[in-house]
Amino acid sequence: MKIWVPLDSAAIALGADEVAAAIAAQAAERGVEIELIRNGSRGMVWLEPLVEIDRGAGREAFGPIAPRDVPALLDGTLPGLGPVESIPFFARQTRLTFARCGLIEPLSLQDYAAHGGLAGLRRALTMAAPEIVDEVTRSGLRGRGGAGFPTGIKWNTVLNAPGEQKYIVCNADEGDSGTFADRMIMEGDPFSLIEGMVIAGIGVGATRGYVYIRSEYPVAIDVMERAIAIARHQGVLGSDVLGSGRAFDIEVRVGAGAYVCGEETSLLNSLEGKRGVVRAKPPLPALEGFLGRPTVVNNVISLATVPVIFEKGAQHYAEFGLGRSRGTVTLQIAGNVRRGGLFETAFGLTLGEIVDDIAGGTASGRPVKAVQVGGPLGAYMPREKFDTPMGYEEFDGQGGLIGHAGLVVFDDSADMLQLARFAMTFCAIESCGKCTPCRIGAVRGVETIDRIAAGDPDAIPLLTDLCDTMRDGSLCALGGFTPYPVMSALTHFPGDFAPRRKAAA
Amino acid sequence: MQSAQAFASESPSPTEEDIRTIVAAHVDREGPLLPILHGLQHAFGHIPQSALPLIAGMLNISRAEVHGVVSFYHDFRDAPAGRHVLKLCGAEACQSMGADAIGAEILRALGLDRHGTTPDGAVTVEPVYCLGLCACGPAAMLDGRPVGRLDAERMTTLLREVRA
Repeated sequence: MKIWVPLDSAAIALGADEVAAAIAAQAAERGVEIELIRNGSRGMVWLEPLVEIDRGAGREAFGPIAPRDVPALLDGTLPGLGPVESIPFFARQTRLTFARCGLIEPLSLQDYAAHGGLAGLRRALTMAAPEIVDEVTRSGLRGRGGAGFPTGIKWNTVLNAPGEQKYIVCNADEGDSGTFADRMIMEGDPFSLIEGMVIAGIGVGATRGYVYIRSEYPVAIDVMERAIAIARHQGVLGSDVLGSGRAFDIEVRVGAGAYVCGEETSLLNSLEGKRGVVRAKPPLPALEGFLGRPTVVNNVISLATVPVIFEKGAQHYAEFGLGRSRGTVTLQIAGNVRRGGLFETAFGLTLGEIVDDIAGGTASGRPVKAVQVGGPLGAYMPREKFDTPMGYEEFDGQGGLIGHAGLVVFDDSADMLQLARFAMTFCAIESCGKCTPCRIGAVRGVETIDRIAAGDPDAIPLLTDLCDTMRDGSLCALGGFTPYPVMSALTHFPGDFAPRRKAAA
Repeated sequence: MQSAQAFASESPSPTEEDIRTIVAAHVDREGPLLPILHGLQHAFGHIPQSALPLIAGMLNISRAEVHGVVSFYHDFRDAPAGRHVLKLCGAEACQSMGADAIGAEILRALGLDRHGTTPDGAVTVEPVYCLGLCACGPAAMLDGRPVGRLDAERMTTLLREVRA
């Protein structure tokens, strides 16, 4: 009997380790032989810990499981959910990037290869460097970290940049609230990221890669480090990648709790051992990146999507999507939702379909008030904008952004003035301090919102003006995009910005 | 950088030799400073002030530069934390699930009026911005172990652990 219990952080946070221990203990007590596999998460967080059992007739899912459910689970008397693939939330997805996550044993390279892994790399190794870059360009893949810059164009710049030593840097500093796709893929299918980085290295002529992971992700750090050691031992990394004579190796670097290091130039400074201060662009990191050398900086999901593009072909990937947003988007449905988790689908679903239908509304059962899309620097979308389809240009046209595709749902108890104030406070705390609009503007923003709360009518135009300055004058997205949550809250929920009476008055 | 109250450390303060060994282990890496600082904090629970001039000398950078880096990042401490470290997420997704209220309750139960270390040195409570547990908030992390859907029952369990 095979039993899968996720090792994913969210599953552990909901008791997966205790469940795994209970299963092992119960099985030993009963003298039942089991094979206990710690897999990645299938992405249905409301069902975690989600345990799967194969008694010989295929995998059946059970969840959420607590240690006290384990006797019934092993007896076969616990009602199940059927195969994971039959659960509607899962059945409706198009899983390309996350095809293996939760299905395979994360640290088994054999399991990885048996499910399509390394096929993309083997194909890439038969191609010339410009062909590799062209394949990525034709797939239409755009940076999944938030900026949506075409990945192939970035790679092409690095390919054509002169330089003895080039680098692939993976941005795994996933600091946005409401996002966890990077963490999930690193914990559940780490070899897909490794394979994507190797293909990138072969494509642009880089031999060294770094994965910069935030310190808040201890499980992901551990899994990635072990996966890299295995990949090196089995010849996927090292001086002779899969016997091709090409060299590529990867090292994990751990962040130190600075949100701004998710910004690529700040990340590069941090990687170099400096303060995580933003650099002015130009020069582009593609030309003068890590240690001043040509560097590809890509998000985890962008790189982890590269293997499937090479396995199935650019055309196959590009056939999914909407407009200029090609392929799939790995939605992260979070906050106050009934069914939260990871939902991978072609671009094009509307916000309303995602929130009302797929997520099933709020966990509290109260009406949805707002959805913050794209992390702490993304706009608060009111219900009137729920017909906006998931696409880079489509969201931009509605005054929002997709960012890393995290959605945080709020019910009607949310106080939009307080959330706007939080956005400014957060910007003030996390500002790297290099540019004035961000460093000073955020502090003034908090004060101005407090004046609005106190009933000062002059403060509203002042806040609007301040947001214009921050947006137009900041060096990076931290100061430049903090106006998104602030102004969307003010514009769409003016009632929350009305003068507040003192409770005691 | 975090300033915590200093507690009598159970282990004697690190010697110059201890510090040099850790710095030397990373000194040849590309961009060695963050790995060095993580290594020191892992070994000693904080970045000892006495390490700064040693690092500066071994990396051939100024002491001010080292101080600048140490003080830039939230993770690095200038004094050891309590015996347990409880990180409470305060990001938007956790706020939408009532993180502020449960966080205030935890501080109250520990007799703290803000984030910091309890007078007996049992636990340091810190705010954190996002643990990637956004679909099972409010989230926390106790000594590196993730905790989701923090409610009164889970809070009681956590408080029992940190007081043990």
